[in-house]
Amino acid sequence: MNDKTRPQEPSEAALIGPPAVELRKITKTFGAVVANDSVDLTVSAGTIHGIIGENGAGKSTVVSILYGFYTADSGSIEINGEPATITNSADAIERGIGMVHQHFMLVPNFTVLENVMLGSEDGFFLRKGKAATRKELQRLSDEYGLDVDPDAVIETLPVGIQQRVEILKALRRGARILILDEPTGVLTPDETDRFFDILRGLRAQGVTVLLITHKLREVMEVTDGVSVMRRGKMVTHKQTSETTREELAELMVGRRVELTTPRIHVDSGPIALEARNLTWRGTRGIARLRNVSLTLRAGEILGLAGVSGNGQSELLEVLSGITPVQEGQVIIGDRIINKNKPTDPAELRALGVAHVPEDRHKRGLVLPFEARENAVLGYHAGSNTGEGRLLSPRALQGHCETLMERFDIRPTNPKLSAAGFSGGNQQKLVMAREIEPEPSIMLIGQPTRGVDIGGISFIHAEIMARKAAGCAILLVSVELDEIMALSDRIAVMNAGEIVGETSREDADYRQIGLMMAGVSGAGDAA
Amino acid sequence: MTRLPAWIEYLLIPIMNLALAFAVAAIVVMLIGESPIDALTVMINGAFVYEGALGYTLYYTTSLIFTGLAVSVAFHASLFNIGAEGQAYLGGLGALLVALALQDWLPIILMIPLCIIGAAAFGALWALIPGWLQAYRGSHIVITTIMFNFIGAGIMVGLLSGSLMRPGQSNPESLLFEDSARMPQLHSLLGELGIEIGRSPLNLSIVFAAFACFGVWLLIWRTRWGYALRAMGASEPAAHYAGVPVPRMIVTAMCISGALAGMMAINTVMGDQGKVTLGFPAGFGFTGIAVALMGRSHPVGIILAALLFGALLQGGSELDFEFQTITREMVLLIQGLIILFSGALSLMFVPWMERRFARKEIA
Repeated sequence: MNDKTRPQEPSEAALIGPPAVELRKITKTFGAVVANDSVDLTVSAGTIHGIIGENGAGKSTVVSILYGFYTADSGSIEINGEPATITNSADAIERGIGMVHQHFMLVPNFTVLENVMLGSEDGFFLRKGKAATRKELQRLSDEYGLDVDPDAVIETLPVGIQQRVEILKALRRGARILILDEPTGVLTPDETDRFFDILRGLRAQGVTVLLITHKLREVMEVTDGVSVMRRGKMVTHKQTSETTREELAELMVGRRVELTTPRIHVDSGPIALEARNLTWRGTRGIARLRNVSLTLRAGEILGLAGVSGNGQSELLEVLSGITPVQEGQVIIGDRIINKNKPTDPAELRALGVAHVPEDRHKRGLVLPFEARENAVLGYHAGSNTGEGRLLSPRALQGHCETLMERFDIRPTNPKLSAAGFSGGNQQKLVMAREIEPEPSIMLIGQPTRGVDIGGISFIHAEIMARKAAGCAILLVSVELDEIMALSDRIAVMNAGEIVGETSREDADYRQIGLMMAGVSGAGDAA
Repeated sequence: MTRLPAWIEYLLIPIMNLALAFAVAAIVVMLIGESPIDALTVMINGAFVYEGALGYTLYYTTSLIFTGLAVSVAFHASLFNIGAEGQAYLGGLGALLVALALQDWLPIILMIPLCIIGAAAFGALWALIPGWLQAYRGSHIVITTIMFNFIGAGIMVGLLSGSLMRPGQSNPESLLFEDSARMPQLHSLLGELGIEIGRSPLNLSIVFAAFACFGVWLLIWRTRWGYALRAMGASEPAAHYAGVPVPRMIVTAMCISGALAGMMAINTVMGDQGKVTLGFPAGFGFTGIAVALMGRSHPVGIILAALLFGALLQGGSELDFEFQTITREMVLLIQGLIILFSGALSLMFVPWMERRFARKEIA
């Protein structure tokens, strides 16, 4: 065995049998990129094993090889001690490997039963397969405590339950090794806790769990062992009980990182933006915002916490002028925006409102455009694109180079299309573009989604610096840690309402978690 | 992700696709019992060598440049304008109405620009309605532009066999353009300078087509409007976020597209026939879609693709003339193959190329 690989201390299960998964010297390249460089991984049977690493560290590639999406260029795989060739997911399923993807692979308008049955219909007519699946679901629910109503339609279920269905799907196909790719991204703290209970239950039943994540807190809480990857290489394997968050972070990044952003205190100034009683209904008349009021003050960060899909996106879109105000009003300085006096993103930019959208791929960037073209998106009417009537490629180039230097965006190639940058650098490009005109108000959505740890601290420092410069900032994030680290005040959204607001000093993790889950109202998280 | 070098992507792959289309066409010619080499020789001679042949080829090219540009401007906004045919048809009406109203009073130097404006305006009008319906009512542009082709054809039949029909005619044809509203043909222009070239309908419109190419390039790649248009075409949510008034952009883009399609009429109607005839766009509006696709919606590509299709048309009619067994439909077949291999199957070689390229990269 490789001397770099430190095998785990034999756990109870490992003593009984061979490791559930053993990867040796797995190498995989995509063109010039080495995604996995001689990666070793040993996972003892019946344990929860975390794989951590920054974006692009190669952790998704490893599990994709294990699940048969890619075939390794070299290296070997052993499952339960037997050499295995896995060339497609059918091979993987046959060997008892199941995978739950970050983005669920469920048919939204099918029932739980239909989704679980998909792929094992057993014959031309559905009757037999349905009956068999129903029985199987009952068995699984008894065995693992995974309660789901088989006749509920997927799209009506909360995400936590949808995830349970994904796990059931894998178990239904006989999975004894379960790969979970960033499973907690969409869960409330409370749902995460329950999800971890499920994982512990699975482990008790002898299921081996591979947990791919970037959240160190979760690794510490639920895993038995952890493997750290960096730039395609397996850096180390550790027993979770013998390591710390700080150590793992350092191993992931390869240098010491500050997990907390130094806070800068400035006295908050006058009200810069005020939203009063905003109510907004979607296409089917469902209220996505209910009577939302908030104020942003100069030199202050208001953090908006909440589980994804509780109205934060709609609020950002209304405040940034992308969707029109329906009821209520938004007041920026002398300008009152309401149903009769609508606005648009261009006007708001002119009023000094910058917007970092939640979804940089869909909104924040035009992916096929070059970086220098993206660097003026929304500001293309201004002088950054050239002084004359025509666009000046030279002006675009110069402007982009300036931004790239100031915000350390790599590679420093303004002609590279936005799609060619890593998530962190894409986000930096968006941040750079929005910060550069020195706005007086910033609406920031999910600033560090899919951004690596090094990038996160950089972006957090930039946000803090804007606040220190007197900018009024609304920070929307599903990462409670991020909200806690940056905000001066914290508001919590649930089901389109702001259910509570506290100052940072009085904020309590647990209490905010409960508000996010909507505990005060009817329990919608089932 | 690997990216292919520009010379492979923009030169080698199109040439390979084209070669494949011709290879398959050669097989068909052989099956008919003719020699592909002979057929190709006839086509090349017919398109470029015989007296006046080049003129005809360029005349067709001119029409295709206008319709190709029209489709490409809409493409940049990710709109599929199938209606260039109808917009060109109505463009002919626009030119005719301007001519009939003013040609007895104004000199040619004023008439030509005015007629062009008339053609462009009517083409734009015919695209405005589908564009507006798409932007503000969500009616799909493909459906509405197809329907507008039929509506336009209906209107034109009505007018050409009714109020605009030339007296003493049995065919549905319009009143005539006087000399003051005709686009000068190149052979007569050059003849006055003492240069003799073969007679062909090639006329000054080709100069306007060249201006249009430059204008479209400038508009799409060098103006803020073009930037916004491309942003909208590549990502509507991002354009919306950037403050681009999306519905208005859709309408404007369609109007420009329609105007370019309408200008195709000046080549045919003012440059050649001197009258508006029934169905004069003759499919050039549809071929414009293929031209835009093959030319990657870039003016330079469109010029090359238009030249190719123009040569095929002209060479093909020669083919029909020379061979008993090969008919005009053969040209349609070759056109179809080119569209198949360069349009629908244009990415066929790409994975193979990427593998080769990737291998080189590692070594």
